Amino acid sequence: MSITVRFFASLREELGINQKSVHHTCALTIEDVWRDIARRPPPKNLLCAVNHEYAGFGQRLEDGDEVAFFPPVNGG
Amino acid sequence: MLIEIRKQAFDPWREVSYHEKNPQLHPGSYGACAAFVGTMRDFNLGENVQAMQLEHYAGMTEHQLAKIADQALIKHRLLDLIILHRAGTIRPNDPIVLVATWSAHRDAAFGGCQEIMEYLKSKATFWKKETLASGQRWVEQGTPGRPPPRRQG
Repeated sequence: MSITVRFFASLREELGINQKSVHHTCALTIEDVWRDIARRPPPKNLLCAVNHEYAGFGQRLEDGDEVAFFPPVNGG
Repeated sequence: MLIEIRKQAFDPWREVSYHEKNPQLHPGSYGACAAFVGTMRDFNLGENVQAMQLEHYAGMTEHQLAKIADQALIKHRLLDLIILHRAGTIRPNDPIVLVATWSAHRDAAFGGCQEIMEYLKSKATFWKKETLASGQRWVEQGTPGRPPPRRQG
C-alpha cells in the first residue's frame, strides 16, 4: 500500500522533510510510519492527522491515506 | 457565509459592512452581530516582533473551518457568519483573523463567535513563525482563552 506523509512547521524544518511517499506490503499504523521516516522517538507534543482529521498514534492506515505530523497549532 | 484563508491583508470592518449587504442577511432578520478581530502585536515573550509567517495545512484547515462553522450555525442558531483568516507574511497591526456572527439575540452571537475563536486557537492547523531582530522562532504556545459561558436556563 501507498501512504503520503507530510510534515509541517518546526517539525518539517527539524526533519528536513516536507512530503514523502511510503510503500509497504504489510499493515501500517501511524506510529510505524513515524518510526520509518523520522528514526527518532516522537516528541511529547506531536500531533497527527489522517486524511485531514486528527488521529491517534495507533491508528491503522489504508492504501492512499495522507498522514500529517505537526507540532501544537496556533491560529487566531 | 464567508469562510476564507487569505494571503492578502484585509480590512475587517469593511468585510463586516460589505457582508451585511449580502441578500442572505435580510435587514430586520438579525438583532445582533458579534465581531472578533485579532491583530498582530509587535511584541511577544519579552521581545520585539518585526513580522510573522503564518503557515497552514491547506486542505485540512479549510475542512476544519467549514466543520466548525456548520456546528456553530446549528448549535447557536446563527443566521450567518464570517471566518476570515490570514496566511503568509503578516506585519504588526495587520488583522490576522475576523470572526463575525449574526443572530436574533446577543447571547447566540457572542457564544458562536467565542466558540469559533477558541477552536481556531486550539485546533485549527495554523502555525506562526516570528521574525525578531535576532532571527526567527516558531510560536508553539498560544495565549490562554476561556471556555464559553454556560447558557442560563
